[in-house]
Formats: sequence, structure tokens, C-alpha cells
Amino acid sequence: MEQNLKKLNISVTLLRILIGWHFLFEGVVKMYNPDWTSFGYLATAQGPFDWFFTFLLGNVNIGLVNTLNIVALMVVGITFTLGIFERLGAIVGIGLLALYFMAHPPFPGLTQMNVEGSYWLVNKNLIELVACLVIYQLPTGRYFGLDYLRKNKLKIQET
Amino acid sequence: MKWTRRDLLIGLGGLPILGAVWWAGAAKVTGSRSSRDEILEQLNITPSLPLAVPGIGGEPVRIGVIGFGIRGEQLTRALGYATPQWMEEQRLANLENPDHKALEDFKRQEKLNVKLVGICDVFDVRAENFINSFSTEDNKIKRYLTHQEMIQSGDVDAVVIATPDHWHAPMSIEALNNGVHVYVEKPMTHTVSETYLLREAAAKSNAVFAVGHQHRQTLSFSTARDIVEKGTLGHVSLIQTNTNRNDDNGAWNYDIHEKASPETIDWEQFLGSAPKVPFNKNHFFRWRKWWAYGSGLSGDLLTHDYDRLNCVLNMGIPSSVSASGGVYTHNDGRNVPDVIQVNMEFPNFSTGSSQTNGKEKGMTFCYSATLGNGFNRPTIIMGHDATMELGNRLTVWPDGASTRYADMLEAEKMRPNVPIYQYDPAASSTDAVSSATSQYFADKGLMWTYIDGVRVDSTFLHMREWLSVIKNGGKVSCGINEGFDEAISAHMAGLSWKLGRRIEWDAASEQLVPVEGVDFDQVLLANENWNEQPEMVG
Repeated sequence: MEQNLKKLNISVTLLRILIGWHFLFEGVVKMYNPDWTSFGYLATAQGPFDWFFTFLLGNVNIGLVNTLNIVALMVVGITFTLGIFERLGAIVGIGLLALYFMAHPPFPGLTQMNVEGSYWLVNKNLIELVACLVIYQLPTGRYFGLDYLRKNKLKIQET
Repeated sequence: MKWTRRDLLIGLGGLPILGAVWWAGAAKVTGSRSSRDEILEQLNITPSLPLAVPGIGGEPVRIGVIGFGIRGEQLTRALGYATPQWMEEQRLANLENPDHKALEDFKRQEKLNVKLVGICDVFDVRAENFINSFSTEDNKIKRYLTHQEMIQSGDVDAVVIATPDHWHAPMSIEALNNGVHVYVEKPMTHTVSETYLLREAAAKSNAVFAVGHQHRQTLSFSTARDIVEKGTLGHVSLIQTNTNRNDDNGAWNYDIHEKASPETIDWEQFLGSAPKVPFNKNHFFRWRKWWAYGSGLSGDLLTHDYDRLNCVLNMGIPSSVSASGGVYTHNDGRNVPDVIQVNMEFPNFSTGSSQTNGKEKGMTFCYSATLGNGFNRPTIIMGHDATMELGNRLTVWPDGASTRYADMLEAEKMRPNVPIYQYDPAASSTDAVSSATSQYFADKGLMWTYIDGVRVDSTFLHMREWLSVIKNGGKVSCGINEGFDEAISAHMAGLSWKLGRRIEWDAASEQLVPVEGVDFDQVLLANENWNEQPEMVG
């Protein structure tokens, strides 16, 4: 049992770090590129929720949308790679991925733009979203990450 | 509290990952940006900004419209006047598709200092529609039964001519001779001799003469001119430009109005110099299909592509033209070809060379058109150093064997399949295009241009420029000289197709090289199959 738990912790830690890596890189690339904008992505949104993205474009400053997107990506990236406040990171990640999924859902009849591979109902965004759910349920920062120091500190203080 | 090295390793293990990913992301972006900046610095292309046009001050320009058909209505909208019927159609189209913004664009259009005072249209329904739509209590619009009457009335400062081709020159000349300003649709003339007569009239007149090649206002074309002038493309040896349409509207089979009859249409006046044939609705509404009134692909659509490129390259009249094609896709009684290939030769033309002086010279302009397939073949300008795709968007690719970019290609800073320059003024716009034919014009940059990301009707800009020159003096961007180049080149293409031989231009004498036993104007106006055409209506 103890052995299995350890294996699970290592696997989930690995998952957490790779997802963090992915989000962090996306965030940094966008942050350093002043020409990047989410406009095209939002403007081409389709499916049952396209009205929401059209509304966003028409009513919210695109600069604000861009900044929020970068901040959210960085929050997930930093909390996951460093292993601290990862439950917060997981919630932000789930929200962000849900928006990405709804903007371009892999539903039959919709044209899939800029994607490799073939998808039906489920795509990589949805899978990564569920992976964030796992991170939320099984925080591993206390096994590998800044949380380890925080928790240990508490433990030391307790004794 | 004391942490062991093991504690720190477990606690801070994520930090180097974070650092590495951050560094890699930043390096990727700044690296690709700096190599892009290096290329852009070397190319030194300046995206064009809209020209400041002096205001149209003083008393409003009093305008008479001659011809209120499809194009006439569009030109009138460019002047700021839309019929209630059109506005209602656009409102409904917008309800169906929120991206359809024609009405919004129209309402946003700057108001020009003009007053519509007269209409001349041989079809009662159209003339009445004009009056009912635009006449007000303070401004009663007058209907003139002939263009002479309108031009000589003294009540009209300027005329907008949107009639069949065979009326363009006679009306323009009449107006110019009477000091009335002219905006005439393309092609400027219907025959070779008219082209000279009109040039003479324009030279003698004080009135401002403009040809309706509105794409001269398109910003991507002035940017393209900068690209060519800076030697970005090197020596251009070939231009490929095309018409690809596959719908009724694109093949000029326009709707026939239910109220059309010998009672509502002044048929004799419509015919003018054309052969006297009995009343025919098909001819009246679909006149572009016969040489008697129109000029088919060579006059109607080649002229757009020719002038678009003449505006970018300033290559002038070709030294020779050969054309081939036929009536292959719409065998409906028309006698203008629906498939045509036109090769125009410019043996002495040069856009500059990156190689040894004199090694490169000469260019072929190849126009290829069909009304039987709508696949989008873009306009491509092919140079020794680079290739440019020309439309509302511009894209430039380096050529793998370029002399100018050899070093950068060697260093893999450029790659033949990766564009080195892209210009897309509409990148942040989601406007819808309503039909296949409008998509065709929009892709070519013939319908609108983008100023600060906002779409602007280029016809409006073209009209505004003409009106500004009327009030303030200056030069219109498509005047008599540009129109002369366009008309002669188009006539050469038409003649070549009709005669099945090469037509040559003598630049020194500014004359077509005569062909023994051939009267060019007679050939241009000749109507093969004239009596065989069925009465096809609907």
C-alpha cells in the first residue's frame, strides 16, 4: 500500500511538472512577443458557445483578454513547476482549458482549425483539463516542491 | 529549524525547471524576432498610409448620374446616397449574419460635399427609383432624357457615367467639351479611335477627368509599389493574373427586370452607335455579353488586372499582345469569350536587377480567365530574387536562387518557402463578404481597402479624390493617361482574340502597327453570331 502510494505520487508529480512546463512555456512565449494577440483565436471561435467569444471580442478590451490569458498561463505554469499552491493553479488551469475547449470544440460538423490529428468530442485540451483535475485531487507539492519546505517547517514547529 | 540538502533538493527542485523553461521561451521569441527584424531592416519596406486629400470645400459639387444600374447604384452609394430598398436589404442581411456590415460601413462613410441634381437613365424604373430615393423638398432631382440635355443644362458641374461601354467615350467627350467634370467607368472606351478622341478632348478641357479604377486607392497596392521600387523582387520576368468565376452573376447573366418593355426603355437611345436590332431585354440587362455594347473579359475584367499592375509597376502599353480562348462555358448566345488567355509582352521593361547590368530585361504579363471555375488563383509577380502575391494582402517569398538574398539563404536566415514580408491590413477584421463575385473583387483588393484596420470602400476614396481635385486642383490617380494605357491594352487583347493574331504597338508613334486590310475599329465592333443568338430570358 505504502509502495503503491509512493509510485502514484511520483507519477502525479511528473504529470504536474510536465503540465506546468507546457503552460509556463506558452505563457512566456506570449509574454515576450508584443505582436501576439488572442484576437484570431477568439474571432474564429465556433460551436455552441461562439456567442460568448464574440461577446468577449465586442465588449472587452482585447489587451485585457491577452493579459489575463498570459497571467493565467503563468499562474498554472509557476504553481505546477514549483509545487506550491497547486490546487489554485489546477482551478485556474481547468477554467482556462475549459475556455479553450469551448472556443474550438471538436464537435462533428465543425471545421477543426490549426490542429494536428483527428478528434471526436474529446481533444487534448479536454484531456489536459482532466489531468488538472487529478492534480487538484492529489496535490504533490509536499512530496516534491516548495510545499515540502512549507509543510516540513510546520511539522518542525509542531514538534 | 534547519533544512538538510535533501530537503532543499526536494523543495526547490522545481526552480531549475522553471528557469530553464522561462529561458527557452524568452530565447525562442527574441531570437525569431531579431532575425525577422534583420530581414525587415534589409528590405526596408514602408507600408503605405492613406494620402491626405484636401477637403471638398465651398458650394457642394452638383452631380448628374448617367446610368443607374448595378454599378451606377454602387457609385451613388460611394457618393453617400443609398436607396431605401438597398438599405433594407442590407439590414436584413445583417440580421441573418451579424458579420455582414455593408450598411454599417455605409453609414460610417464620411459625408462628401455633393448634391445629386440629375439622373439620366433610359429605363424609366431606374430613373424613377433614383428620383424617389434621393429627391427632397429642398432638392428636387431632375430627370434628363438624354445625356446631352443634362450636360448642356448648366445645372450640373460633374457627371458620373456608368453606362454600357459603347457610351463611355461619346458621353465623356460631350461633358469635357462643355467643361463638365467626368467620372467614367472602365473600360474607358469601346474602340481604338475613340481612345484618341477622348484623350484629345481631355487635354483641351479644363474639366477634371477620372476613370473608375478605384483600386488605385488600395493601400496594399501602394505598398506593393514600394516593394518593387526597392528592388525587393529583383528583375520581374513574369506576372500571372487571373479571373476565376463560376456563377451566373460573374458570367454577367444579371436579373431581368419584370417591368422592362419597349414602353419603359428607350431602346433607340440604348443602342446608340450599336447595330440596330429589335428590342431585346437580354441585350439590355446583360449587355456585357456582346461586343456591340461591351467588351467581355478583355475590357471588363482584364482592365482591372492590367491597371492594378500598371499602378504597381507603371509598365505602360505592351509592345505586343496575343490572345486565345473562346465561348466554352456559357454558350448562351453571347459573342464575347468566356475563357481567355492574354499574353502581353514588355521586352524592354525592367524592375532593376541584382545581377550583372543588362543581363535581365523584359517581362510577360499573362492574364488567364475562365467563367467556368471559381478556384482562387492569386496574382503573382515573379522576380529573380523574390515572388510577391498581390491582393488586399501582400506576401513576399524569397527565391531559392536569388542573387540578392544568397547570403541570407545560405545562412538559413531566409527560406524559400517562408515569407519574408507579409502585409495584411485586415488581420483584425471579421467582415463578411456577401457573394462569390464580391469575394472575387475583395480578394483582388478591388472593393475596399483597410485604414487603421477599418474597411473603407475604395470607390468612395476614388470619388473623394476626384471631387477634391475638382475643388482644389491637382492630379487624379487614374486620369486620361492611365485610362489611355488601359483602353489601348484592352483593345489590343480584344483585337488579338478576334483576329487570332498578334497585335503590335509602336510606342514612338503611339499607334497600333497596322495590319493590312484590317480596320481595327470595325473588327472590335464586329458581332459574329449576331443573328443566331436565341432570345434567352430569365
